[in-house]
Amino acid sequence: MAINDDVLVIGGGIAGLTSAIAAAKTGAQTRLVTHKQSTLGNASGLVDVLGYAPGEDTPLSDPFEAFEQLPDDHPYSKVGADAVRDGLALFDDAVGDEYLGDHAETNALVPTHAGSVKPTARYPRSIAPGLASDDRDTLLIGIDSVTGFDAPMAADHLDAVGVPFDVRGETVRFPKSFPQDADVTRYARALDRNEPTDDGPVRKVLAARVDDRLDGEGRVGFPAVLGDSRHETVRTELQDRLGVDVFEVPTGPPSLPGLRLEDALYEAAEDAGVRITSGNPIVDYDADNGRVEQVLLDRLGSEVPYKAQQYVLATGGAVGGGIESDRDVVTESIFGLPVEHPDDRYEWFDDDVWGDHPYTKFGVSVDADLRPVAGDDVQFENVRAAGSVIGGYDFATEKSGCGVSLATGYVAGNTAGELL
Amino acid sequence: MSKPSAIVIGAGATGVGTARDLAMRGVDVTLLEQGNLTHGTSGRMHGMLHSGGRYAVTDQHSAADCMNENRILRDIASHCVEMTGGLFVQMPEDDDEYFEQKLEGCRECDIPAEVLSAEEVLEMEPYLSDDLERAIRVPDGAIDPFRLCVANAVSAENHGARIETHSEVTDLLVEDGEVVGVEVEHKSGSGRRVHGTEGETEKIYADHVVNAAGAWAGEIGAMAGVDVEVIPSKGVMTIMNVRQVDMVINRCKPRGNADIIVPHETTAILGTTDEEVEDPEDFPEEKSEVDFLIEEMSKMAPILEDARTLRSYWGVRPLYEPPGTGTEDTEQVTRDYFLLDHTERDGLDGLSTIVGGKFVTYRKMAEATADHVCDLLGVDAECRTADEPLPGSEDQAVLSDAMDSYGLRSPLARRNKQRLGSRYDDVLSTADPNPVVCDCEGVTRAEIQDAIESAGTDLNSVRQQTRASMGTCQGGNCSHRLAAELHPEYDQATAWAALEELYQERWKGQRHALWGEQLDQATLNHALHASTMNRDRDPTDVNVDFAAFDAGRAVADGGDHGGD
Repeated sequence: MAINDDVLVIGGGIAGLTSAIAAAKTGAQTRLVTHKQSTLGNASGLVDVLGYAPGEDTPLSDPFEAFEQLPDDHPYSKVGADAVRDGLALFDDAVGDEYLGDHAETNALVPTHAGSVKPTARYPRSIAPGLASDDRDTLLIGIDSVTGFDAPMAADHLDAVGVPFDVRGETVRFPKSFPQDADVTRYARALDRNEPTDDGPVRKVLAARVDDRLDGEGRVGFPAVLGDSRHETVRTELQDRLGVDVFEVPTGPPSLPGLRLEDALYEAAEDAGVRITSGNPIVDYDADNGRVEQVLLDRLGSEVPYKAQQYVLATGGAVGGGIESDRDVVTESIFGLPVEHPDDRYEWFDDDVWGDHPYTKFGVSVDADLRPVAGDDVQFENVRAAGSVIGGYDFATEKSGCGVSLATGYVAGNTAGELL
Repeated sequence: MSKPSAIVIGAGATGVGTARDLAMRGVDVTLLEQGNLTHGTSGRMHGMLHSGGRYAVTDQHSAADCMNENRILRDIASHCVEMTGGLFVQMPEDDDEYFEQKLEGCRECDIPAEVLSAEEVLEMEPYLSDDLERAIRVPDGAIDPFRLCVANAVSAENHGARIETHSEVTDLLVEDGEVVGVEVEHKSGSGRRVHGTEGETEKIYADHVVNAAGAWAGEIGAMAGVDVEVIPSKGVMTIMNVRQVDMVINRCKPRGNADIIVPHETTAILGTTDEEVEDPEDFPEEKSEVDFLIEEMSKMAPILEDARTLRSYWGVRPLYEPPGTGTEDTEQVTRDYFLLDHTERDGLDGLSTIVGGKFVTYRKMAEATADHVCDLLGVDAECRTADEPLPGSEDQAVLSDAMDSYGLRSPLARRNKQRLGSRYDDVLSTADPNPVVCDCEGVTRAEIQDAIESAGTDLNSVRQQTRASMGTCQGGNCSHRLAAELHPEYDQATAWAALEELYQERWKGQRHALWGEQLDQATLNHALHASTMNRDRDPTDVNVDFAAFDAGRAVADGGDHGGD
């Protein structure tokens, strides 16, 4: 017996979740199928729309200003700026007060864990007090056993960037010691649970150690380890004890702001009535007459059919597993859709690590309706793509991570729902 | 009376070995290197500790040398060596007669050799092709060239040698038909390397100069008008992300291309090719070479066909044969070494050149060179390098006790111990937390700090000493953490410059592995460094109008600052 839905979304990252919510909001019975953990644990948790114009080194304060300079095959050029605004509106509604930035159509500059700043459109509440355009003096706190964030070095670099405030870095010892290879989730858990230490509860002791280093600064930044499930409680308690604002600086994987974003979006999807099937891969599909009829999910070795009227492909790029490659060919991994790429794999990259690389833009080509195409030929009438599985853009360089996923996710999900 | 003095040019295995040997005999040695330690061929080899089996049929003199030195290195450099054992595998298309010659040759060269049946081989190495006929087991192993060269350099310094890396010899100083010294350009000042330090030139005088510049030996010779005709021959090596084999695997056929797999730490290295190049610094690195290597090796180990590779790199062998030998195929050029006495050969005093040879025979080459130099300088001292262990290999007994002392969890502890040998205690004894900086290779902060002490801001040298950033992520997760270890001893701008150099170097090799899982990894690395950190468009050098950006809702509303 096939499982039947109106819209089936494949992929549980930000594009898939956005598509599913958008589809569900049209009234369509929507299911999201996800196999592996999403890549949000690698992501900073920031929602970038567009931080730089092509080829420019000065960050954009208006994320929409350079849209017209983007090439025709860029996903933003396909869906247009209004779709980006619609995607952002859906996001703001979905995550509520977990995120800020919707009060202004300008970008914010957020300190990065390397000590640079980067332009972004939406930022988590825990990151908000750290914005670089806010001129309060800042103390950055590093933890000596957490190697991903060196606070004194980041502070010195922020100073070199020219931020409009004094910034200083100090390193403290965490009140509990963990194995040498413990990752940041262990620190977050200790703070979530306010674990006891010889000197008292961990939050209180940490606050006391930081208080000793405060020298009149109006805010204190920590690496993003301040709790997972109870992160607002943790941060609020530290703020209360220190008497100044506390913020987080997003770090690399495992990234707690990214994981919290994933949780928030799953909750929103469930609230919107999306049915979620997780943990099993799609291994095959049946198509007829240019339409996908069903996809087949592998469950303990047997293939279970999932049917829908409309499908959204939101399986991610190379990192998420939506795009795969061997020494000769790059393809999309569920439907085997073609991915445009140079024949010679030595033309997939530039010799400079920061150069203009084709491989960072690998993904399927789509029409204005986000349906994957080969040349001009629509591959399946009822399949739309969303997020990093779409090619033609390098989100890391242009700082459009999540923004393209929101815009294309909104359009793909909403269109799929409206077509019923 | 001042000590007799010598300059050694080139800090590959032969150069550091020669410097150590001379310093131990009481010579005042200065070792000069244009890059970091192992900049040339020694840093770009497959890490195989030859038993000599590879040369036992056609180059028996070299083979016997390899076996002798193999035994010595296991003793004096135990922390650099993993005795994996090796196999010469005969495939159906490989000649029976050659197999017998190989076995006979090994015995003639005193290389322990034992024939194993296909069943016995497959039991030990299940990923080899089940088509294989049989194999010869020999005492091949793996050796870490970086660790070995560093240990030699440390020992040389302990015996009073001065070592200058990133110091390029720009001229040989010749007076009255004698080389009396060198002119050297220190790229970032003398002493430890620090990014951003201005260069300076120095003239150094010595009683004798040793040219151990490997592939660059011809250029050095030319500075004093003598011809040293090194034949630079390139070979490609591809690194796999896991050890598909636990022994060194050689194909049992006449020496050729793509016939070795060397298990090395967490990886396996495929090698290699042999092709003469014009310029050891500038030669094509081609896709066809990587593809050829993978496809050829897959015949012997089919699992390699679709396995993940981390990167590929090329080394340039400094082959040498006496003028007039005229061997056409570089693969057939002898692996013997040659000590050129330029007085005898060219009527030029004060200069010797050591060329050819194998990495594994570096110590013997160094001994021969030091014997010659000591003879000229009237130094009467015996070579002790075959007996005196290198720093790190002095006392194996204390190691097992030290395993648990630093809260290191196995396999972290085992790997720390393997890398540091008997220096374990010195390096890891710190009261402060010692977190892991490089997760893939399990490298801790104390090891990084120890390496920085000698390497300065040269993070590629830190990498070579510790293996940090050499695992599957190729620096994506850890290169910035390594750079942060430089601060505050070095300022943030210096640390950023050092990071940039390391990150670009990591990219160079990954380009040759850019498909499949390593393409996925590269995409992730790009996102972490460009998107999360904004290292690609860091606005340090542009004017940012901070007031034009969102300063937060509280500020926009004109209300109090607040975290909510």
